[in-house]
Amino acid sequence: MSSRQILLSGLFLCLFAIAGTTFVAVTENLAREQIVENERRVLLRNLHALLPEEKLDNNIVADTLRIQASELLGTDEPSLVYRARYRGDPVAAIFNSIAPNGYSGKIHLLVGVYFDGSIAGVRVLKHSETPGLGDAIEIRKSDWVLDFDGRSLGNPPRAQWLVKRDKGVYDQFTGATITPRAIVQAVKNTLLYYEQNVGKIFL
Amino acid sequence: MSDKQEITRNGLWTNNVALVQLLGLCPLLAVTSTVVNGIGLGIATLITLVLSNTLVSLIRGFIRSEVRLPVFVLIIACIVTIIELTMKALFYDLYLVLGIFIPLIVTNCAIIGRAEGFASRNPVGVSALDGLMMGSGFLVVLALLGGMREIIGFGTLFSQADLMFGEKAKVLTLVFNESYGGFLLAILPPGAFFGLALLIVAKNIIGSRLKQQATAVEALPEST
Repeated sequence: MSSRQILLSGLFLCLFAIAGTTFVAVTENLAREQIVENERRVLLRNLHALLPEEKLDNNIVADTLRIQASELLGTDEPSLVYRARYRGDPVAAIFNSIAPNGYSGKIHLLVGVYFDGSIAGVRVLKHSETPGLGDAIEIRKSDWVLDFDGRSLGNPPRAQWLVKRDKGVYDQFTGATITPRAIVQAVKNTLLYYEQNVGKIFL
Repeated sequence: MSDKQEITRNGLWTNNVALVQLLGLCPLLAVTSTVVNGIGLGIATLITLVLSNTLVSLIRGFIRSEVRLPVFVLIIACIVTIIELTMKALFYDLYLVLGIFIPLIVTNCAIIGRAEGFASRNPVGVSALDGLMMGSGFLVVLALLGGMREIIGFGTLFSQADLMFGEKAKVLTLVFNESYGGFLLAILPPGAFFGLALLIVAKNIIGSRLKQQATAVEALPEST
């Protein structure tokens, strides 16, 4: 093959790369606004599931705080906290926590904590637990996560923030103890984090 | 039999991507836990196949053979990215479910296989038709497998149809037995293998029956 042919082939490939990239870029440009809006909508839906809409009057999606990585939140990179306020007074903070020790890896949680340290609600955002066993942590599969509502570090006492098999108060599922154990611990840790940092979160 | 009939028959039956060529198994086995998931990925694959076959066929005249494979990959990757972005904009909830499997369409060998094996040697019209039929064959298998696994695994059919067709489609969801506890095996990956195997068996049985009939008809002495 002559060098001219090689050059031509290279040029040909290059033209296609440019054309392809252009198409993708144009589409991205057209779709971007809608995608951002979709992400915002889903986020808002998740946040409102933890915190009734009428309890806050601020734009919770925008009122965020980027906090440093903390072992208590199970993260090794900074994460976002959403702050709910009513007439300027703090109402609740919603954390992105991770239970690092699920049965099949990390379980991503959204944990809402009222200003007084009680739990507004817990939802599982993402997980890869076994379908049919560990996935009862999803709200559409069972109401297990609702057991956290209203709990705090005093209710039950700290030493009993465990699943029943470990002499705590929380139910485990038949055939799956590791998953609920991981979540109970992650939620407890989130409360501990909140307790230690409440001053910084609502400045 | 005309060319078009032959292509249709090939895509849907004789040379079905999933049941005969056994291509694209990764997405096939991973997402078919419900009908809606199967159809969602099936439609995305179908669109990719039609577009990539059409484009490849259009450029087949002046493509340089040394770089044809990278160009095919480039075309397919662009199409899939555009589909992914569109889906994120228009069907975000479905996108959340199908997640990583949309980009994986790029790696579905069926698509580059059709580009190289068919579209790069045939005119635009028949190439598009080939894409449509191959894609439809794949879509049907995804939907069937999804249906089997959903009925056996969850005891429902068309659950989450609203993700794809909007709120009104919620009425489509059929629940056969409220107290059905579910059958875990069907939902887990092994269930997908069993399901696919059963579909292949069914296809082969039907295929050999048809063949027997055809030979029996031929064997009859002609009366005229």
